[in-house]
Amino acid sequence: MIDLAGSDATNKRVLKRLKRRKAADARFRVFGLSAVGFALSALAVLLLSIGYQAFSATTYHVVEFDMSDMPLPTESPPDANVSKTLEAVFRAARDDLGAMFPESGSEAVLRMEMSAMITRLAALPTALKIARDPGHVADLRQVRMPLSDDLDLFLKGSGGHATLSRAGTVRSRIDESGMVVLAGQGAFRPLLANASAAGVSFGDDPAAGSALVTAGRSTIRLISATPDDARGELLTGDAADFDGAAPVVRLVEVPRALRAISDHQIAWTLALKTDGRIERVLHWSLLTHTDSTQPELAGTLAAIVGSFLTLMVTASVAIPVGIFASIYLEEFAPKNRLTSLIEVNINNLAAVPSIVFGLLGAAVFLGVFGLPRSAPIVGGLVLSLMILPVVIIASRAALKSVPPSVRSGAMAIGASEMQTVFHHVLPLAAPGILTGAILGMARALGETAPLLLIGMVAFVANVPNSSTDEATALPVLIYLWATQAERAWEPMTAAAIMILLLFLISMNVVVVYLRRRFERKW
Amino acid sequence: MNWLLLAALLTIASVGFTAGRHKAGQFGTDPETHPHSRPNFHGYYVLMWTLLPAAVVGCVYLICNNWIAAELVSSELPAPFKVFPEADLAAYLRAVERAASLPGYASGEHVFDTVLVRFREISGQVNLVTLLALFGAAYAGLRVSVRQVAPDLRARVVVERGIEIFLFLCAGLAVATTVGIVLSLLFESLRFFAQVPLWDFLTGLHWNAQTSAEFGAVPLFFGTFMISAIAMVVAAPVGLFSAIYLSEYAGARSRNMIKPILEILAGVPTVVYGFFALLLVAPGIRSLALWINRVIIEAGWSDGPVLAAQPTSALAAGIVMGVMVIPFVSSLSDDVISAVPHSLRDGALAMGATKSEMIRHVVIPAALPGIIAALLLAVSRAIGETMIVVMAAGQRAQVSMDPTSDLTTITVQIVSLLTGESEFDSPKTLSAFALGLVLFVITLLFNLVALSVVKRFREKYD
Repeated sequence: MIDLAGSDATNKRVLKRLKRRKAADARFRVFGLSAVGFALSALAVLLLSIGYQAFSATTYHVVEFDMSDMPLPTESPPDANVSKTLEAVFRAARDDLGAMFPESGSEAVLRMEMSAMITRLAALPTALKIARDPGHVADLRQVRMPLSDDLDLFLKGSGGHATLSRAGTVRSRIDESGMVVLAGQGAFRPLLANASAAGVSFGDDPAAGSALVTAGRSTIRLISATPDDARGELLTGDAADFDGAAPVVRLVEVPRALRAISDHQIAWTLALKTDGRIERVLHWSLLTHTDSTQPELAGTLAAIVGSFLTLMVTASVAIPVGIFASIYLEEFAPKNRLTSLIEVNINNLAAVPSIVFGLLGAAVFLGVFGLPRSAPIVGGLVLSLMILPVVIIASRAALKSVPPSVRSGAMAIGASEMQTVFHHVLPLAAPGILTGAILGMARALGETAPLLLIGMVAFVANVPNSSTDEATALPVLIYLWATQAERAWEPMTAAAIMILLLFLISMNVVVVYLRRRFERKW
Repeated sequence: MNWLLLAALLTIASVGFTAGRHKAGQFGTDPETHPHSRPNFHGYYVLMWTLLPAAVVGCVYLICNNWIAAELVSSELPAPFKVFPEADLAAYLRAVERAASLPGYASGEHVFDTVLVRFREISGQVNLVTLLALFGAAYAGLRVSVRQVAPDLRARVVVERGIEIFLFLCAGLAVATTVGIVLSLLFESLRFFAQVPLWDFLTGLHWNAQTSAEFGAVPLFFGTFMISAIAMVVAAPVGLFSAIYLSEYAGARSRNMIKPILEILAGVPTVVYGFFALLLVAPGIRSLALWINRVIIEAGWSDGPVLAAQPTSALAAGIVMGVMVIPFVSSLSDDVISAVPHSLRDGALAMGATKSEMIRHVVIPAALPGIIAALLLAVSRAIGETMIVVMAAGQRAQVSMDPTSDLTTITVQIVSLLTGESEFDSPKTLSAFALGLVLFVITLLFNLVALSVVKRFREKYD
């Protein structure tokens, strides 16, 4: 090293300052890195949390029924027949459960709780089948209906905050007040430990949690417990099942009064599961059903079709108009004030908030032209105006990238300007234009706000057939589901989001493929 | 019906094309005649003149068919109807018009249904007349233009001129959209301001459009400002530092990998962000605020809760919105930072600056106009963002500095005022258009300022 002039003190100061500057340099780099890290982890948390929620909605629980001895209504007309058949099917399902759990007949509350395990509308597909063709009664030996959403969540482990423990081997007897007493050396120590760890009490009080002891098909709700014995009320099954068994103890932390599901419903569900009558199956109805007021019956089909119809309208307006406009601006427009006005205009239009386009649609398409509300044609037109600048800007870039030599060559062999553009420039720019068009369509697919203003928020239970039918779109359905209060809607919403993202991702994959395949360097 | 119409028009158009082409083909290669244009262009020439008159008739029909039908019906209405004021009569006819668009609809009220039936009859007649006029016009155009086909007709020039005009009209649609936005917003806003004074709207402190007629928009402006400010507090440093890191520190490989991933943030639909805010961020912030409240109370600094700790809060919406606008800041800043010439960097490093000093004192000042423009565009994006705030910001119009309280914004109110409404007559729905006008003007200003900042302060290096 060259010894720089200056006293030791100066050198020391310089070195000290250098150290500080180096530290500042390192800090700056860390800031940069952590900014990137923040952005990436935000994306990761977003996708993972929604993906995790969505995963639990990919399966759901169905109950199997045998209704082969169902009494059928035979009167016509067919319309009344469907509603009567629906009632009959639902009643048969309920009676089937009632036969399995005789205790449900004893009290009105229990009968209601039993009915609530299956939604009445869940019987509709079966009822429709039978009403159309009574020959289908033979199929009734095995009918599957979705379990109610709250019990489904409970079985998936996210309803009621249940903690499991296993009791030791117990003996059971019935005491003089009709209660079941279970006794076993230290059998209930794990339960008491869990209860004190969670700070939950259990017993007769509806404001307390519940401790449910299950062996085979039988379940007891405990009223009191010591480490060595416990006393409780038999909810379903037979007290003899517990004798010599090592039952499972469920501590449900959420108080009974605050829960959507009762202890009896839990007991029956567990018994059905033990019998193999409840199965966890893939949730295809998410794709094949339309919207419903019941989470376990709702699906996205109508919204997907609505989105598709809307996008068809958008594509058939925005893509040709966008391409023609960009051809004019790039190839024909004279350099004058009008042209520059159009250009400034397009750039500003690209930055106008999407909701303003919704206001435009509400005032002009609905108000002035009197087009039908909630129709894909209006939504499609609004979205096409919104993505028009996107398509124009991308198409202009693609046209610009075609070298002038192509135009000169075409002109030189006698093509007119129009022929030059349509026969030579446009085919070469087509991949770039298509890329921009697909990106614009992807934006239109994810857009929600303008559709809310033109009434595409209606509850749509039928698959729309044409672009003038009442319809909703996938992002709007997500909005509707996300703002529902019931907890079961959360995984459903997440699953709908995954479907939407899947469409968006596949559109982007096409874009990447087009770029790779057709990119050329001039 | 519409498809049939379209098919019929296309048929007559192709007949025109064939006729023109066929006639032009007869010219042959006779050296005497020397046709100016190729037969195809003659075909297109006839096709153009066939479709154009039909399109004009069709447009006129689309714009005023209901109006004509309503006029005809109202001229037939019996004398008792004439006692009603003009406006009521118009509203009545609008209701009839709407009912007529629903197939098979009948109200059950005798007078209304009679008018409705008559309206349907008349609009059916109008449709028939239009159809005849449409095909008459197309046929006339075809006859006239086929007669014009001759060897010296400059068909190609005319056709290409026609195409150019068509292209110009397509480009003009963008202008028409802007004009449509401005006019519709202005028109409805003026109707609103006829009922509510402009000054009260802009300075009033109480907003309660749903239940009572209080239209003081200051709480909405405040909420919008507050949430956008929170969003920018997140997005500005993160976006800027990401851009700096990517353009100055990161290697080519990691840059090529990270940049597209950051762009994904801009491609995620906003309703997904809204759900994310509702699902994870808002509950998290609520429990954090509750915890802070408890700590403060236990420490004895306050008797009651300090933070509002609402289930939906300005902070949750702001943070998620900030994440959403990160890529707007980062990719635009990245572009301008990369555009700073290398000679400047080399000069600074040669003077002994560390890398961070070089970036802070040379690169950023040189790129500043572009960075400011990027930030302004991001603000404008945040102000106009709708779904995140609709889902996660709340509905309460209040002025509160507490970020955990629920605030409402311009866009939230537009959505809640217009969802499920079809009548644009009450001040309640009209106020949505006034808010839309404010939103449009604000975002437009931000964009124009951003553009002019770039234009005025851009450094030219080559």
